[in-house]
Amino acid sequence: MAKKNEVTRRQFLNYTLTGVGGFMAAGMLMPMVRFAIDPVLKEGTEQEMVPVMDVSEITKEPQRKKFKVDQVDGWYESEVEQSAWVYKDEKDEIVALSPVCKHLGCTVDWSSNAAYPDQFYCPCHGGRYTKDGVNVPGTPPLAPLDVYKMKVEKGKLYLGKPEPR
Amino acid sequence: MLQRIYDWVDERLDITPLWRDIADHEVPEHVNPAHHFSAFVYCFGGLTFFIVVIQILSGMFLTMYYVPDIVNAWESVYYLQNEVAFGVIVRGMHHWGASLVIVMMFLHTLRVFFQGAYKKPRELNWVVGVLIFFVMLGLGFTGYLLPWDMKALFATKVGLQIAVTIPVIGEMAKTLLAGGEIIGAQTLARFFAIHVFFLPGALLALMGAHFIMIRKQGISGPL
Repeated sequence: MAKKNEVTRRQFLNYTLTGVGGFMAAGMLMPMVRFAIDPVLKEGTEQEMVPVMDVSEITKEPQRKKFKVDQVDGWYESEVEQSAWVYKDEKDEIVALSPVCKHLGCTVDWSSNAAYPDQFYCPCHGGRYTKDGVNVPGTPPLAPLDVYKMKVEKGKLYLGKPEPR
Repeated sequence: MLQRIYDWVDERLDITPLWRDIADHEVPEHVNPAHHFSAFVYCFGGLTFFIVVIQILSGMFLTMYYVPDIVNAWESVYYLQNEVAFGVIVRGMHHWGASLVIVMMFLHTLRVFFQGAYKKPRELNWVVGVLIFFVMLGLGFTGYLLPWDMKALFATKVGLQIAVTIPVIGEMAKTLLAGGEIIGAQTLARFFAIHVFFLPGALLALMGAHFIMIRKQGISGPL
């Protein structure tokens, strides 16, 4: 009979075999799991600023401006079209809003619904935003429209990535 | 904790006989390397199976990034190998494992052959083993094309040229395998489907038959 607290031969073999086996299985699985979860751990890519329009063309009324950006999607690189609502606010500062609705990602339009003039309107679920892009309480979106990173150089407006505020 | 979870399930579903039937049986003395070191030759079948498991796992993970399309296939392989963490390891496991599985299978076959373990009543298991061998060759052949580099393309051209030499149905066999007149987009899609669905399915079924027969007949006796 084994003394108290003494490890039996069977226990010892069980522990060592489970340990060694577990170590080997982990060595095999770790690279594969890390491989699979890589997209979560990858850092986001920076986007180049691209010229969109002449500053002189910007009006008080929001205009929809389309522009092309280079998009790197894993092994696939392509030029994709993006658009922005660009206007000058009361303080004469340039505003460039992303047209992507903060509810479920449809595309908002300016003043397209006769019932809500001078608002951004999303046709999918009736989400609305005031001119400065702030969501109207009581409509589906829970956050204001994203704002494009921007700079002005030699009379041209450059836009980067849209950022949430 | 684990023991209590096991007991809880076992009390309701009586799972102990299930796994005991698969895992809990005596290893005869002549098969146990602890008794006779030369018994290590009995490991090759198990090692083949072990590498097959690694091939299936690493292959499943590779398809998370690979695309079977002539424009993107090579780029996706380059991306997963150079840009994704541990890509070189996971692809390396699949690449080297493919060769190693053939080596292990060959050694296993040699053991069975020289011990005469294929003789009555185990002839059927030898037949199934040979079918597994052909499926493995098919996996190697179809997998070789997938990276879509020069080596892959020309190796497949040679392989299909060999298929043409089959009397009467040669040309047809080649067209069927290539999915068209040239080795191109349709060939790659077809080889991918064969490599990841059809042959692995056949392989699992054949391995199941192989193992059931071993359990039924036991390991062949000592020399």
